[in-house]
Parts: sequence; C-alpha cells; structure tokens
Amino acid sequence: MQYNLTFSMLLTAPYLGWIADGVLTTLHLALLSWSVALLLGLAVGIARVSSNRALRLFGTFYVELFRNVPLLVQLFLWFYVVPEFLPSETARWWNRLDEVPYWTAVIGIAFYTSSRLAEQIRAALGAIPKGQFEAALSTGLTKLQMYRHVIIPYAGRIMIPAITSEFLTVFKNTALALTISVVEISATARKIEAWSFKGIEAYTVASATYMLTTLAVILVMTMLERRLAIPGLIRWGS
Amino acid sequence: MDWQVVLNNSSLLARGLTTSLELTLFAIAASLPVGCLLAIGRLSKQRWLSLFCASFVNVMRSNPLVLVLFWLIFLVPLIIGHRVPNLAAVSVAFVVFFSVYFSEIVRSGIQSVGRMQISAGLSTGLTRGQTMRHIVLPQAVRAMLPALTTQCIVVFQGSTVAYVVGYDELLHSSSMIAERTGRPVELYIATAAIYFLVSLAGSLLARRFETKRSRA
Repeated sequence: MQYNLTFSMLLTAPYLGWIADGVLTTLHLALLSWSVALLLGLAVGIARVSSNRALRLFGTFYVELFRNVPLLVQLFLWFYVVPEFLPSETARWWNRLDEVPYWTAVIGIAFYTSSRLAEQIRAALGAIPKGQFEAALSTGLTKLQMYRHVIIPYAGRIMIPAITSEFLTVFKNTALALTISVVEISATARKIEAWSFKGIEAYTVASATYMLTTLAVILVMTMLERRLAIPGLIRWGS
Repeated sequence: MDWQVVLNNSSLLARGLTTSLELTLFAIAASLPVGCLLAIGRLSKQRWLSLFCASFVNVMRSNPLVLVLFWLIFLVPLIIGHRVPNLAAVSVAFVVFFSVYFSEIVRSGIQSVGRMQISAGLSTGLTRGQTMRHIVLPQAVRAMLPALTTQCIVVFQGSTVAYVVGYDELLHSSSMIAERTGRPVELYIATAAIYFLVSLAGSLLARRFETKRSRA
C-alpha cells in the first residue's frame, strides 16, 4: 500500500472553500430540518394522546406512514413525485426557487424525523402523571394554556436525552441529501476525492466534522440537562 | 398515471427486493455475532479491550452509513491492491456499521439483568461462563428482543443506502426502470409501498414480541 498523506493540500484553493461550504451546509440543513421536525412532531405527538378519536387516528396514520418508508425513498418521493401533483402555479414557483434540492431535503428529513420525534413526545407525555393534567385544568387553564405552561415545560425536560439523540440522527441523515445533489460535507469529500485522489484526507475531514459536532452536541446537552433537571425526579442515567 | 409500467417491470422489482432482503439478512446475520463480541469486549475487565471497543463503537456511531461506505470503497482496494466488486465493499461496510448498533442493544440487554443474579449464580457454584450462559443470557435475550427486531427494520431501511454506490437493490432497480421508462412517479410510489409493507410487517412482529414479554 503506497499512499502519501498530504493534509496540507486541503488548505489550498479550491478545496478549503469547498470544505467550508460543505460543513456549513450540513450544519444548517440539520438544524433547519430538526427545528421543523420538532414542531411537526410536537403537533403529531399531542394528536396521538388527544381525547379526540379522529385526531388520534390521524396521528397513528402519520407516524406509521413516515416511519415505515426509508428516508432515502421519501427524499425521492418529495423530489421526483410530489412536484408532479402540485397545481401548475405552485409548481412553477417551486421550480424557480434557487435551491430546490436543499429545500426538498429539509422537507423530507423533517417529515421523516417528525414521526420519530412524535413517538418520543408521546412517550414523554405518557410519563407525566395524570394528576398534572387534571390539576392544570381544574385551576381554570384552557387546554392550550395547560400544554403551554404545565405539560410542555415538564415533558420537554424529560425528553432532552431523546431529543439529543434524535438530533444526532438527523445530523447523520443529512448525508443522504447528497442523492438529490445537495453538496453537504460527505458529497464534498467525494468530490475532493474524485478531483485529487486524496481519499483518506477528504474522508477524514468529513468524519471529523461528524465526530466533533457529535461530541459538542453531547457536551452541551448534558450540561443543559443538568441545569434544567426537575428537582425531585430521578435523574436519567444516574 | 399508468400503473401498467409497474406491472410490466414487476419481475425486475421483485429481483431488487430479493437483493435488498439478502443484503439485510446477511448484514443482520454477520453483525449480530460481531456486535456480541463488541459488547462483551466493552464489559470486559481488561481496560485496553473495553477502551478499544468503546472507541470503535463511538467512532462508528457518529458517522453516517454513506460515509462509512465511501471510506471502505476507497480504502479496501488501496489495502488489498486491486478493485473489489461493489457487493464486497457494501457487505463489509454494512457489517462494520451495524455491528456497532447491535452491540449497544446487546450491552444494554446484559446490563438490564440485575447484578444480584450474577452473584446468586456464582454462589450456587456455577462458573462465570456457566452463569453467563444459563442465568444472564436467557434473561438478556428476552429483554433485547423488541429492540433487536426494531434494529432489523432499521437495517432493512438502511439497505437503500447501497443505492448510492450503484448496488442493485430495490431502490436502485426502480430508479433504473424509472429512468428507462420515464415514469418516476408510478415507480417511486410503488417502491415506497413495497418498503412500507415490509417494514410495517416487521414492526407488527416487533410489537408481538413486546406484548408477549409484558405478559410473561
């Protein structure tokens, strides 16, 4: 095996610029799709424990649908199939957007992730004693106020570990966006390899990006978890 | 829409699905023993061994499968000196990647068995190996079963990632047909339906394990 490692090559043009773009794309793609997924997941998770039967049924249907189709297939559906069914006006507007693959990836990853988050949220809501719901309602709060002021602050803190690991999953899943030509860090590494044949260096940069971000996220979230721990509850993992 | 195109190519799609299932089964069958070894290594008293296994697991877990695939496709020919068929690279990548997830499931299964059980086993005069085999593992396996079935579905869904390197599984077959016939809409909907049904069947199976366990 003959191979000369030259990591310094990565610091020259055009590679340095490519890497910066790739890292940034991975990061904001992950953050954006995860935020959208959190909102969707919250709505669906609440629907799944709602007292309304139709809402519950919708929640189950939603979760099963988005959970049982692989993310890559869902990306293809959003990219190749859904635009065909849009009204012509909307389709024209969509196709004129600057970064159609990027927005498709956001939508696809967000919907896929939301179904998994909805399950976590349902589990967290189930972990809250029934008395909390009843107590909130009996003090005269409306249902919306109950969720906003009592349940979500409570469930949110129980969910931190699950949400953290879900974010890390989203972060790795963004690599699949390269199939619909989003140039994130994995795609960038492959591009550099194709240009320079320096595969080890290129893939090391990509791996380092994922590993360092994972490490940083875990550190921050552990800190946050400790800071926000609800007094009197058993701390998770202790 | 014209669903005839799906019917006309159903044998190709069936072959793609077979390839996906084969890859899935191979990955599960090979990752599970490797995962067990990793888990046992992590719980070992030998510090260097547990440290090595833990770092391997953490490195793998923080990388996406696509990137592991890229790594192997680049590295394997470099190490052995000649090109390898995609099948080999994809199989190795899947085993390396998924064994780590299996090892975490096995580890938490073993750790879910109470420490007292081991002391009790040892105090009745069983050896360490016998305690592991007759007391800890039977309970651990039962505790792991739901997570294991879920992970098998994850592997099946993950088999689509082999599409990226042109491996002929279901998604790749259907994209080839879509390109040739110019009918992506029908083909991708049909493909999604196939994945949906197989995964749903798998998760129903997983749920049965769970109810069985809770009844026991």
